Amino acid sequence: MIEIKDLHKSYTMGSNVLHVLKGINFKAEDGELVAIMGSSGSGKSTLLNILGMLDEADSGEYTLDGVPIRDLTETKAAKYRNKFLGFVFQSFNLINYKNALENVALPLYYQRMPRKERHDKAMKYLEQVGLKEWAHHLPSELSGGQKQRVAIARAMAAEPKLLLADEPTGALDSTTSYEVMDLIQKINDAGNTILVVTHEEDIAHMCKRIIHLRDGVIVKDEKVEQVRASAYV
Amino acid sequence: MFDIERWQEIFDTIRKNKLRTFLTGLSVASGIFILVILLGFGQGMQNGIAKEFASDASNRIWVWTQVTTKEYKGLNPGRPIALKNENYQYVTQQFARQLEDRSPVFRVRDVVVNYKKETLGYSVQGIGSDYQFIENQFLSQGRYINPKDEQNTAKVVLVSNKIKKEVFPEGVDPLGEYLDISGIKFQIIGIYGDQGGEREEDRIFIPVTTAQKVFNGANRVDNLSFTLQPAASFDEAVDASMKFTEDLKTYLREAHTVAPDDPSAINVFNTLEEARRYYGLTGNIRLFFWFVGICTIIAGVVGVSNIMLIVVKERTREIGIRKALGARPWGVVGMILHEAIFITAISGFTGLILSMGLLELIGPHVEVDYIVNPSVNFNVALSTVFLLIIAGAVAGFFPAWRAANIHTIDALRDE
Ligand SMILES: Nc1ncnc2c1ncn2[C@@H]1O[C@H](COP(=O)(O)OP(=O)(O)O)[C@@H](O)[C@H]1O
Ligand SMILES: [Mg+2]
Repeated sequence: MIEIKDLHKSYTMGSNVLHVLKGINFKAEDGELVAIMGSSGSGKSTLLNILGMLDEADSGEYTLDGVPIRDLTETKAAKYRNKFLGFVFQSFNLINYKNALENVALPLYYQRMPRKERHDKAMKYLEQVGLKEWAHHLPSELSGGQKQRVAIARAMAAEPKLLLADEPTGALDSTTSYEVMDLIQKINDAGNTILVVTHEEDIAHMCKRIIHLRDGVIVKDEKVEQVRASAYV
Repeated sequence: MFDIERWQEIFDTIRKNKLRTFLTGLSVASGIFILVILLGFGQGMQNGIAKEFASDASNRIWVWTQVTTKEYKGLNPGRPIALKNENYQYVTQQFARQLEDRSPVFRVRDVVVNYKKETLGYSVQGIGSDYQFIENQFLSQGRYINPKDEQNTAKVVLVSNKIKKEVFPEGVDPLGEYLDISGIKFQIIGIYGDQGGEREEDRIFIPVTTAQKVFNGANRVDNLSFTLQPAASFDEAVDASMKFTEDLKTYLREAHTVAPDDPSAINVFNTLEEARRYYGLTGNIRLFFWFVGICTIIAGVVGVSNIMLIVVKERTREIGIRKALGARPWGVVGMILHEAIFITAISGFTGLILSMGLLELIGPHVEVDYIVNPSVNFNVALSTVFLLIIAGAVAGFFPAWRAANIHTIDALRDE
């Protein structure tokens, strides 16, 4: 599904060059649920953004579902994102003037799906995350956990090959965090490949594999016994 | 443009961002509104000044004389010049084809006018039958002085509406009554009014021949007055009347042995020349209104651009989200412009309709000095709306394009 080789990324701030990723190599197969662990500032988000084509690496190779990703223009990146990727962000990134249903339907609009069809489909995914009754509420009327579930429904509605979640529970209390992780586990159970960035041990252990990032390199890559979030809900 | 999905997406956005939409619309609509009102009043001023000229026939030519100021052919300066009947006859024959109306004027001096026991303070002038058209007078009652009166040196007199009002008691019909001018009885045959209003109604008119004969005028006249045949265009009319003016001066100077460069012995006043000056003035006024109008439009354009800039800035994060979900940069630019053009168009036309409506409504009732019926050329107003729409689109394009091309991750970070 994913293969990256010798990925480098640095940020230039004035005269300082901050080398964030210093040669990352890894592979993930179809159906994996991978946690990317590391302390704050270790480059987790940077890695995830590159994988999500929201940002570009300085050097290295990246193959997604057999397609080499390089020479990305914004237009090309947009096309790949729409076709391959779903995103879940710590800060939800819902459009505040659109209600839950419209937010979930938005990626389908960019897939040129007709209005009626995309609303039906969006409703189906909202139902899956248990928010059917909240379909016509604005994000401001939802709790943090609900917002993140809407964001997950939105990411899944486009039926991506890969779901990328950057600290999906970072803004949530622990009970709500487990609810969200429960949802992510279920999506993974259905066969979807998911990468979760987190700095929390318990969240990482709800995945099937943990990649430890420190100072821009992978220091440890381990398979773990998955802890089911449903046990805490 | 005809992508129904995109229209729906835009309507959603507009419906859910009412304040932003309203503010953008308001600035566009008020810009157009102010511009149209300004242009309307520019036109109103032009109309008003044109109306001021209605008091006399607009192609009137008027001759008067003063003393000579230059020595010429052995004649001393300071010699008074008196126009003669021969001069009048020569001009009317020589220029017969160019003239439309013609009349000599003889001012009767040192006479006392009485109606019954009352002494009246109006001046008495002898005129010809065409004088009515030269002064743009109208008849309220009776008839004007006619050529027969001139032939017969008839003792008939014209008074004005103003004189009728001031002199004759209510219920007394002045027609047929007699005025006593220095002991001689003149019968009132008509009552005239003047387009120029009461300030031109202070005169009593009698036939010029009668005036000369009865009041020791001999063959002297004080003024010659003419109007010219209409010309195809305003400029041609001005040219023709300037030429006639020059010919007239040349003839009269020769006939009275006046130096060709004497500036004041022979004077000819030409309304058209004056009119040209005024039209030039109104042209300048219009230019001024255009200038102010264009400044307003520029202010409008700047306003719209600013709003677009703010709107796009405000939506940077949204743009990031949309791009993360698969929107392409050109799709984002298209969406923002589509929305901007839609809002500017709707509000531009609203401003246009409101201001044109207001002008239609109050325009015909506005009639203060120098402003009559302010109105505006619809095409001009329409073009400004389109100009503003295009300006809004151009102004919106650059920030939209920039925002659409920000790295998605940077757009998402935008607070
Ligand atoms: N756009 C940027 N410009 C400059 N420095 C950045 C930028 N994004 C991230 N960084 C820096 O790169 C390092 C890694 O950041 P990040 O990948 O966000 O870490 P994490 O998600 O693991 O906390 C941090 O020190 C951060 O300050
Ligand atoms: Mg991070």
